[in-house]
Amino acid sequence: MILRELRPAFSLVVLFTLLIGFILPGIFTGAMQAVLPWQANGSLIRQNGQTIGSALIGQNFEGPQYFIPRPSALSPRPYTQDTSGASNLGPTNKTLLANVKQRVAAYLKAYGPGPVPADAVTASGSGLDPDISLENALRQAPAVANARHLSAVTVIALVENMAHHPFLGIIGTAHVNVLKLNLALEHLPAS
Amino acid sequence: MTIDGLLYIALLFALVLGAAFPLGSYMAAIFEGRVAWLRPLEMGFYRLAGINEARQMGWQSYAIALLLLSVIHFGLLYAILRLQYYLPFNPLHIAGMSPRLAFNTAASFSTNTNWQAYVPEQQISNGAQMLGLCVHMFLSAAAGIAAAAAVMRAFTGGGLKTLGNFYTDLTRITLYLLIPGALIAATLLVLAGAPQTFAQAVQLHTLQSGAQPLAIGPVAFQEAIKELGTNGGGFFNANSAHPFENPSAWTNLLENWLLLVIGFALPIAFGHMVKDKLQGRTLMAAMAIILALGCVGAYAAEAAGNPQQIAAGVQANGNWEGKEMRFGIAASTTFNVSATGTSTGAVDSFTDSYTPLGGEVPLFLMQLGEVTPGGVGSGFYTVIVFALLSVFVAGLMVGRTPEYLGKKVQAKEIKLAMLGVLILTFFILAGAGFSLVTPSGVASLANGGPHGLSEMLYGWTSATENNGSAFAGLSADTPLLDYGLGAAMLFGRFAFMVPVLAIAGSLAAKPKLAESAGTFPTTGPLFTFLLIGVIIILGGLQFMPADTLGPIAEHFLLYAGKSF
Repeated sequence: MILRELRPAFSLVVLFTLLIGFILPGIFTGAMQAVLPWQANGSLIRQNGQTIGSALIGQNFEGPQYFIPRPSALSPRPYTQDTSGASNLGPTNKTLLANVKQRVAAYLKAYGPGPVPADAVTASGSGLDPDISLENALRQAPAVANARHLSAVTVIALVENMAHHPFLGIIGTAHVNVLKLNLALEHLPAS
Repeated sequence: MTIDGLLYIALLFALVLGAAFPLGSYMAAIFEGRVAWLRPLEMGFYRLAGINEARQMGWQSYAIALLLLSVIHFGLLYAILRLQYYLPFNPLHIAGMSPRLAFNTAASFSTNTNWQAYVPEQQISNGAQMLGLCVHMFLSAAAGIAAAAAVMRAFTGGGLKTLGNFYTDLTRITLYLLIPGALIAATLLVLAGAPQTFAQAVQLHTLQSGAQPLAIGPVAFQEAIKELGTNGGGFFNANSAHPFENPSAWTNLLENWLLLVIGFALPIAFGHMVKDKLQGRTLMAAMAIILALGCVGAYAAEAAGNPQQIAAGVQANGNWEGKEMRFGIAASTTFNVSATGTSTGAVDSFTDSYTPLGGEVPLFLMQLGEVTPGGVGSGFYTVIVFALLSVFVAGLMVGRTPEYLGKKVQAKEIKLAMLGVLILTFFILAGAGFSLVTPSGVASLANGGPHGLSEMLYGWTSATENNGSAFAGLSADTPLLDYGLGAAMLFGRFAFMVPVLAIAGSLAAKPKLAESAGTFPTTGPLFTFLLIGVIIILGGLQFMPADTLGPIAEHFLLYAGKSF
């Protein structure tokens, strides 16, 4: 009974492996490389002849002259681009609470008293989150303007200009892409 | 919780349920062999594989064919994973997997579980993803849907000796449903930014962090079938939280739609097959009501945020640990709840960091037996088991012989149905319990207190119910969990599917009785709520003691200000 089924079962596995594993990805990849090459190759951003990153993948920024991305749980360094992952710290984990408290203190020190947006002090799911909330970006804007000797109004206008808003108020969130925002900062005229 | 978030959930349900009606009708046509737009290719497959299209199989032959195909495919995947170093498309020269990790991964993908004890970026080549994992994502989904089609046929007439032909079912479902669906979805994903390239790394010169490689690959195609086939195996470690797998709120909505739509279309297809559309809609309603309650419940819990963090000065706009900015709280929780209400197990946010009640919802939906709407195929045949148990319970209450769609439900079917339910419960509770008294199991936990118990319980539930999501802090690549969870996945899939096919064979052979005044109606609100009750009481209640010690205890401790 089993012997009778051996040929069809084995043949189907082989045939579908050829079709789904080789032929389809080959054709599909070729087609996407031809029609949508920018997306198919990772939405890469080039500057001065070098590939500096992907528009979709966050990278680490430090220092007062840049907008700071969300905390990243990746090791050995945050935003290590060939890894991904979350902290996986549970809601009652002591380490999580200690991390959040430390980040709150650092945020208040850097940007002055005021609300602390939750996205600024919690690690993202991918560890590569490219975005921060609009609120978080607006809180950072005056300090960034100050460090770059720009007027706060200019930087706030830039943030609002680059912000994404939820479609019909339902799909998506109000946020800004940090890499694109920091690149745009470089092109602002000095005041 | 805001109106916007609730509207998002409502929008998703409208899109999914609206599409399930035409898709269900199309799928019934596939099951009945009325779809033929790739007929030459289909015929070529039959000729090369030596398949007699006209052959009809009894339940034993159907089950043997399905098991044999799964065993062969399991063996092939095991070999690919062990030998990936020598296979093409391995630009990073990634070494072969260890025997136990390869066993766990092969079990995971041949059972449509897609539990990932490996780190994709570091432990698997593009070649093994394409040739091994991605092919399994199609075929394990098709095998599940085929089993559902076989179960449907049992109710189409009286005195039936056969349930269809497994090989033609598998071929047709793959060619006419999964491949076209995946190609359309993958194209949309590339349009939105998901990569599709054979490269596995791009060298970057980042602005502040120096030169480093960026992980990339043929992501979009695998992502599409990962959701459509309720598989869930991420191309990257962060799964659908990774911006390349899920670049925007739009792709998040698309992926969420994909992972639900076949599950909800199957009861509709059933209605067409048995020529009684209300029967299908009733099953669909029960699935949708439970899932909707889960979505709203988890959203409420996550939107409330973490009280300890709020006390530490964080703005109260939800629990953002482990969530991505571009999706928001409502879309993130709805995705994870959908992926556990189906057997997808994909995540766009990390459940280990959810609030205790936010994490309890996905856990509980898996414990219900994956029926809301469950994995493609498996969700349908599991809900049929619950429907049989419901008419049995109703029959006990009113003192009539239970019937479902004109088929008498007798001791044999009920025994097999309960056997299936109990096998799953046993594996989950015994497995998690045993692991937690071994030093190795305890060492795998990433979090202390009740949350540690939740991690292990979630792992065994996910493996046994073939979900594949995790409280991902759990270190799963250990001998205990690689072998233990691998075995749980295989038993959870096949030790349930075979009794169900036996039930189908037994019911098929019975005469189809005409409806009489004494027949308990299996359509309408009364039966819907009876079915929901049976699913929750029979499927869920046995887990309440364990869940009480895990997420529910943690909830009260969280609000009491305790940490571990």
